[in-house]
Amino acid sequence: MSSENLLSLIVFLPAAWSLLLLAFDGKNADAIRYFGLIGTALTFGLTLQLLSQYDLTPAPEQLHDGMQFYFSWDWIPNWNVHYSLGVDGISLPLVLLTGLVSLLAMIASWSIEKHLKGYVMLFLILETGMMGVFLSLDFLLFYVFWEVMLLPMYFLIGVWGGPRREYAAIKFFLYTLAGGVLMLIAMLMLYFASGNSFDLLHLAQVGQGQVKGFAFTKEFQITAFLLLFIGFAIKLPSFPFHTWLPDAHVEAPTPISMILAGVLLKMGGYGLIRLAFPICPLGAQYCAYGMVALGVFSIIYGAFAALAQTDFKRLVAYSSVSHMGYVLLGLAVWKVGEKAGDPNLHYWRMGVNAAMFQMIAHGISSTGMFFMVGILYDRVHHRDLNQFGGIAGLMPHYTGLAAGIFFAGLGLPGLCGFIGEIFSVLSCWSFDKTLAIIAASGVILTAGYILWTMQRVYFGPAYKGPHGEALVPLLGREKFVAYVLLAFAIALGVFPNALFQYMDPSVKTLVENLDASVHPQVIETAATLVQ
Amino acid sequence: MFQELLSKLLDETAQHSLRLAGPELALTAGIVLLLLGRLLSFDRFVPPHWIALIATMAAFGLSLAVFYDANRSDPEFSNHSFTYFSGLMAFDKFTALVRLFLLLFLVFVLALTVLSGIPDRDDGPDFYTLLLGASIGMLLMCGANNLLMVFLGIEMASVPSYAMAGFLKGRKQGSEAALKFVVFGAGAAGVMLYGISLLAGMLGTGDFQEIGIRMAVLFGNGEGALTDPVRATAIRTLILAVVMVFVGFAFKLSVVPFHFWTPDVFQGAPAEVGGFLSVASKAAAFALLTRLVLALMAAGTTALQDVYLTLGIAVGVIAAITATFGNLAAYSQTNMKRLLAYSTIAHAGYMLMALAAMIVLQSGRIGGDAALGERSSHAVEGLLYYLAVYLFMNLGAFSITALIRNEIFSEEIEDYRGLGFQAPILCVGMGICLFSLVGLPPLGGFIGKLLIFASLFDAGYVHWSMWAILAIGGLNTVLSLFYYLNVLKTMYLSERPTGATTVTFPALSSAGLYVILVSAPILWLGIDVSLVSNAARRAAEVLFP
Repeated sequence: MSSENLLSLIVFLPAAWSLLLLAFDGKNADAIRYFGLIGTALTFGLTLQLLSQYDLTPAPEQLHDGMQFYFSWDWIPNWNVHYSLGVDGISLPLVLLTGLVSLLAMIASWSIEKHLKGYVMLFLILETGMMGVFLSLDFLLFYVFWEVMLLPMYFLIGVWGGPRREYAAIKFFLYTLAGGVLMLIAMLMLYFASGNSFDLLHLAQVGQGQVKGFAFTKEFQITAFLLLFIGFAIKLPSFPFHTWLPDAHVEAPTPISMILAGVLLKMGGYGLIRLAFPICPLGAQYCAYGMVALGVFSIIYGAFAALAQTDFKRLVAYSSVSHMGYVLLGLAVWKVGEKAGDPNLHYWRMGVNAAMFQMIAHGISSTGMFFMVGILYDRVHHRDLNQFGGIAGLMPHYTGLAAGIFFAGLGLPGLCGFIGEIFSVLSCWSFDKTLAIIAASGVILTAGYILWTMQRVYFGPAYKGPHGEALVPLLGREKFVAYVLLAFAIALGVFPNALFQYMDPSVKTLVENLDASVHPQVIETAATLVQ
Repeated sequence: MFQELLSKLLDETAQHSLRLAGPELALTAGIVLLLLGRLLSFDRFVPPHWIALIATMAAFGLSLAVFYDANRSDPEFSNHSFTYFSGLMAFDKFTALVRLFLLLFLVFVLALTVLSGIPDRDDGPDFYTLLLGASIGMLLMCGANNLLMVFLGIEMASVPSYAMAGFLKGRKQGSEAALKFVVFGAGAAGVMLYGISLLAGMLGTGDFQEIGIRMAVLFGNGEGALTDPVRATAIRTLILAVVMVFVGFAFKLSVVPFHFWTPDVFQGAPAEVGGFLSVASKAAAFALLTRLVLALMAAGTTALQDVYLTLGIAVGVIAAITATFGNLAAYSQTNMKRLLAYSTIAHAGYMLMALAAMIVLQSGRIGGDAALGERSSHAVEGLLYYLAVYLFMNLGAFSITALIRNEIFSEEIEDYRGLGFQAPILCVGMGICLFSLVGLPPLGGFIGKLLIFASLFDAGYVHWSMWAILAIGGLNTVLSLFYYLNVLKTMYLSERPTGATTVTFPALSSAGLYVILVSAPILWLGIDVSLVSNAARRAAEVLFP
């Protein structure tokens, strides 16, 4: 495989696969399922190939501005738009996560019966959109992929979802589109202020004052940052933009909930760290305290909201709001020291690493939690926590796996959830002690709602709710998905460095560049450069 | 002396003018054949739609040849505009491109009428005569270089449209629509004619090139020029005249508050006619308006800079109101054609925003920033790209409405329930058109909107109000999602009610092929942007020497 085209192949293989599906007879359900499975498996295989070819200690001349596998082609020369792709330590884990979650979600889609062909086609187009978002290095291209995901997601929720699916689907669509329009305006601002460029790497250099002749003023950066932040915070989701999430998660079919929680939410965090922070460091610095506070508030708010739910899936959805709060918290704990290279920087670096890790960990654990809820829902067709109980007696194997995955979500040491939470809270300590204490208390609330849920669902007296007879043991494919997720949860919890070794070099460079760019002397130099 | 003049005129006509007017002549020949066909009764053997289609194809071929001529590398021929028919018409890349769009569009409309069976065999010659006649008017609008031709072109395009709106005889709604259209149209035309006569009377000419020169003489240069009482009166007359001419255009473009005819006409007229009116007359009117505005601004007198800026802001505000009104009014519609009518109004608003950006940027150029010339040409590029996409997406939406009507005999959105999985080709095509109308990537509508928004943003550097209009435009995108999505929601998310006609619409039929041919370019224009964007850029640059 030539490394030139590997990224393009990862992005477009699923879309091409979905076009091939047009030739299939809609009645031949199994053929369609297996074909879709092969498509996602091939894509995952390609991402593994990418992992194996990714160079941990690259020679500087192989890198394009920190990017490996960089590829660029003039897309719309008139408007200086490029089709440029690249991968670094920040996007690589997310690409792998996308490949994995898509594969598992496709396996979980075996129970879909209605209009199967359309479902698999939309699913594959969605995967192309997700991969494109994580790999593109041109703002317009990024935007195109970002919006491309909306259509399949709308129909996947709207056609195959639960009873209130129409409402949930349009709410999701509207929220994301509104965020997208803000992003579009920020994109135009940056385009005209940077000498007509959509290139994310170039924009970042301009934002950090490294390009002669261009500079973004502080007010400009704050405005652009806020526009971008709202766009990404909707996706993340952070309080107060989170209200689409419980609806969309609850109404979506299980595999789509897995993708929503596992991959789509990560785009908010990814967008912040790839676009908003590097391009507008002064804006990010200005908003840092507010973002940390918002992150902490989301943690607590999400946890309390989860405690109050009686719908199992809604509970997991609110747990996502809470868990993604750690991501925002970790990204934003940026305290500028007296001079460039201040020790405080280490804490921020730790925070960004933790946020990145938390994104992957949440991708594993929440995908698993939604899958576990889906297994129960497939059998008994309700999600009312008050009617569950005693599942452990009927489905012991399932209960064991579910316990593992829920503990990963809880943040039990030794499982993946722990690492991200502990490091982001630790890094917050140097930023603001009060907020750190509040964030840490969120861990107790998380333990509270997860343990209480497990008690209500899995333990206690025998199951008396509807369809008790349908509670049959796990099927082979269900076991497969659950074991894979649990294995990742344990592996990442025990060997976090497996992930950190990829992220840290990129995060270190990013953090140091950004910190250097907001110091007064640097800003002054940039100002003189412009003159 | 007279002899000399006459022979010069004959020479000019024979050498350039006739060749450049080839497309119009081909359409005229088609009309003559259609009328003779009935007279000599050979319409029994040659169906009228073939005559119309062949005439249009010939016109398209001729305009393509002229377009290639205009775009070949010979700079003398291609980099400025020149006039023909003794200065009444102008020809340049801009005209060539818009004419090409229009004729391509006409080919598509004719193909649709053949597929959908409106008009029937007996009415064919009448209908196609009207259709081709209106198209000639629109072609004249694209190239008009004289105030007289402005009026002639607009009227020639309008009068056949009135008849077409009421073409389905015996339908009360159609007749009402046609009557409304005539009354409104006549009123608007009268006001516009008054404006034109004021303008021509004040400047003593109708020629676009002359207008600039005369205005420069009339208003002079410098700061204090307008305090002179004669000039102050002239300014007032100028503003009055411009406003009146704009009323005529606002009617053609269905801009608020001159939009009242649009929903009724589009609902009353057959969807085929609606598609034709919504795209072709808009494209021609925008081309003409751009040319006229630039002629009025060509003087470049700094004394008028504020007047131009105010004009640009006013157009921007009207555009914002139009887009917002169209989108909000579309919410409560239950009839597909009426919904598309309001969507047409909204899109006129978006396109008018490009014009506003151009005027504001040009006023900045008059203020002394020469670099703004190129930037205002980008606004026209955006407008042309938008028109190119709009051609396909709006025609697609109307033609699929017509094709669905032929299957289920209804144009109510309610009756589309559950069609999505019964007639996938129609509904996927509709989906592509509607999402492109929203402006979602990777469809062409997104690129068009992006280009317009980009020039609005750029114009914001000249005057901040353009940023406010950009924000309203962005908000409108979100607003418009609701009602477009509602159609698709009905098609895909609802079940087909029991007892409703089952629709079987094979993809491999001529109608299926037509849907693919109309909707595939929308996707193509969203992905391969360069071809049309290059042509549009070259065409736009000619206008800003």
